[in-house]
Amino acid sequence: MGSLPRYVLQRILLVIPMMFILLTMVFILLRVAPGDPISAAVGDKLDPAALEAKKTAAGLNRPLIVQYLEYMGNTITGNFGQTITDNRPVLEIVRDNGGATLTLTLGAFLIALLVGIPLGRIAARRRDTAADGVIRIFGIVSYATPIFFIGLLMQLYVARPLGLPTSSMANAKTTALLQSDPITHVLPIDALITGQWAAFGDIAVHHILPCFTLGLMICGVFIRMTRVNLLQTLQSDYVEAARARGIHERRVISKHAFRNALVPVVTIIGLQIAMMMGGAVLTESTFNWPGLGTQLMKYIQARDYIGVQGIITFFALIVAAVSVVVDIVNALIDPRVRYE
Amino acid sequence: MKRLLTSLLKPFKATTGMGRWLLIIGLVIVAFFVVLALFAEWIAPYGFSQVDTKVNGRRVRFPKLSAPSAEHLFGVNDQFYDILSRCIYGARTAILVVLLSVLLSLVIGVVLGLVSGYLGGWLDRVLVFVMDAMYAFPSLLLAIVFSFLLSGLLGGSGIVSAAMSLTVIYIPQYYRVVRNQTVSVREATYVEAARAIGASSPTIMSRYLFGNVIQSVPVVGTLNAADAISTLAALGFLGLGIQPGDAAEWGYDLSRALDDAASGIWWTGVFPGLSIVLLVTGLTLIGEGLNETVNPTLRKRKFAKIVMPKLEPVEGSTK
Repeated sequence: MGSLPRYVLQRILLVIPMMFILLTMVFILLRVAPGDPISAAVGDKLDPAALEAKKTAAGLNRPLIVQYLEYMGNTITGNFGQTITDNRPVLEIVRDNGGATLTLTLGAFLIALLVGIPLGRIAARRRDTAADGVIRIFGIVSYATPIFFIGLLMQLYVARPLGLPTSSMANAKTTALLQSDPITHVLPIDALITGQWAAFGDIAVHHILPCFTLGLMICGVFIRMTRVNLLQTLQSDYVEAARARGIHERRVISKHAFRNALVPVVTIIGLQIAMMMGGAVLTESTFNWPGLGTQLMKYIQARDYIGVQGIITFFALIVAAVSVVVDIVNALIDPRVRYE
Repeated sequence: MKRLLTSLLKPFKATTGMGRWLLIIGLVIVAFFVVLALFAEWIAPYGFSQVDTKVNGRRVRFPKLSAPSAEHLFGVNDQFYDILSRCIYGARTAILVVLLSVLLSLVIGVVLGLVSGYLGGWLDRVLVFVMDAMYAFPSLLLAIVFSFLLSGLLGGSGIVSAAMSLTVIYIPQYYRVVRNQTVSVREATYVEAARAIGASSPTIMSRYLFGNVIQSVPVVGTLNAADAISTLAALGFLGLGIQPGDAAEWGYDLSRALDDAASGIWWTGVFPGLSIVLLVTGLTLIGEGLNETVNPTLRKRKFAKIVMPKLEPVEGSTK
C-alpha cells in the first residue's frame, strides 16, 4: 500500500473512536440527564396517563443501555430520529434547511479567504510598521466583535442606505417558486438548474449581508494565522539562504515562503469550520436565515430533546467528516505528514 | 504561593516592543471594565432593572426608546431600561461569569492534565480521546447544549448556570496544554531524582511538575476569557443566557435591539455591542502580547547590522 492510501485509511479508522465519543456525549447529555424528552416537550399539555403511554410508545421506558444501543445503531444507519413537537424526521430538516446553512457558510468562507490571506501576507511582510499595526488591530477587532453585533451594524449602516434585504434567504415569491418543485433543496442551485435568473439574483442579494457578516468574523483568524505562519517561515534557514543569494524580498516571499506558510493555515481552516457552525447559528438568528441553526434554536425553545439531539448529532458527524478531510488535504499538500 | 506568582508573572516581565504595547493597552482597557464592574452602584446613574424615576413624588417611567439625552446619556431601550446603566452593570455580569468559568475550567483542566500526563495508562488515553472530541466540537454549540440542559435542570438561567455552561467548553484547552507539557517533562532528570528519593506521585505533581507545566496557562486563560465574553453574549443573544431581570447582560440587550434596527434606532444596540467589543479586544490584546513573548518561534531575532568593508581599487589593476 502506498503511503497516502495507508494514511487516509489510518485517519478514517482514527475518526471512529472520535465519532463514538461525540455520539456518546450527545446521548449522555440529552438523554441520561434527568427529565425525559416527552414531558419536557408536551408535558403540560397531556394528562399523566397519556404521557406515560406516549413515553412507552417512544421507547423511553426501556433500559438506558437499550436506548443507547438503538441510538447508536440508528445514527450509523442514517436515522436521526423524529421530532416530538411536530413529528418531522430530522433528516428531512437537514435536507430542507441544510442547503441554506451550506450556501451561507461557503459564501462567508470565500469572503474570509479573499480578504484575510492577502491582509495577513501584507502584515507579515511589513512587520512592525503602521500597516502591520492597522491590519493586526483590524484582525483583533473583527475577531473581537460578536457576529450578531456585526450583523446589527450591517443592518443599521449598510442595509438601510443600500436597500439590501436583512431577513431570510429569498423573498416570498422566489421561495414559493423554487420550493414548489425542489430538485436539490439548495435554492441557488435549483434556480441555476432551472435557469431562473431573476430568482437566482434575488437569492444572491439576500446572501450579501449574512455572508459578509459571517465572513468578517473568520477573516480575523485568517489574518492572524497567515501573518504568524509567514513570520515563522521567514525566519527559517532556507529563506535566509534565498535572501543570501540576493533574491529580492518580494520574490522570496511569493516564491519561497508564502506557499509553505499556508500549510498550517489549511489545518486552521479545518478548525474554523467548527467555529463557523457556531457562527452560522448566530448569523442565522440575526438575519432570520432559514438554516439548521434557526431550526436548532426552534427546537431548543420548544424543549424538543429529539429535535435538538438529531441536529446536534448531524453537526457532530460534519465535524468528524471535516477533520478527516482536513487531514487528507494536509497529507496531499505536505508529504511529510504521511510519515509521522 | 510566591513561586506560583513569579512563574505567572514571568511572561509579563519578558515582554518587549510591540508585544509590551499590546499588553499595556489591553491591561488599561480591562482595568477600566473591572472598575466599572466593582463600582457599578456608584458609577451607573440608575439600576440595571430600573424603569422609572421619582419626579415630585410621582413615579415617572423612562421615555421608551428615547434617544441619548442629558438624563439618559446612552438613551433608553424598548423595555424602559437606561442603556448606560445596563452597559455598566453588564460589565459586572460579564466579568463575574467569565472569572467563574475561567477559574473553574482552569482548575479542572490543569489538574486533569497533570494527572493524566504524569500517570499515563488507560486513564490518559481515554481522557485524551474525550478531550479531543470535545475540543473538535463547535464550542458555541456545546455551550448551547449545556445551557439548554442546565436551564432544564436548575430551572433558572442565572449567573451560575451561565458560568457552568462556559466552563465545560474551556476545560479541554487547559487539559491539552498541561498534559502535553507534563508528558514532555515527566522523564526529566529532576523528576527522576525526585522519584529516586522516594517522593510520592502527588508530591511530584504538585511540587515538581506544577510550576513547570503552567507557563502557557496565562496566555490560554486570557484568550479564553476573551472568548468567554463573546460566548456569554452569544448565549444571551440566543435567549439562553441570563434573563434581563436577574442581571444586565449585553448579548440579551443586543438581541432586543435587532428589532429596532429596521427603524433606524441605533443606540439600543450600538452601546452594548461596543462594550462587548472593547472588553474582548482588551483581553485579546493581553493574550496576544503574552503570546508574542511566550512563544519563542514568534520572538523577533535582532541582528547586528553588518557593515561591509569598502572595496578600495587595487593599485595597478587594469580596471
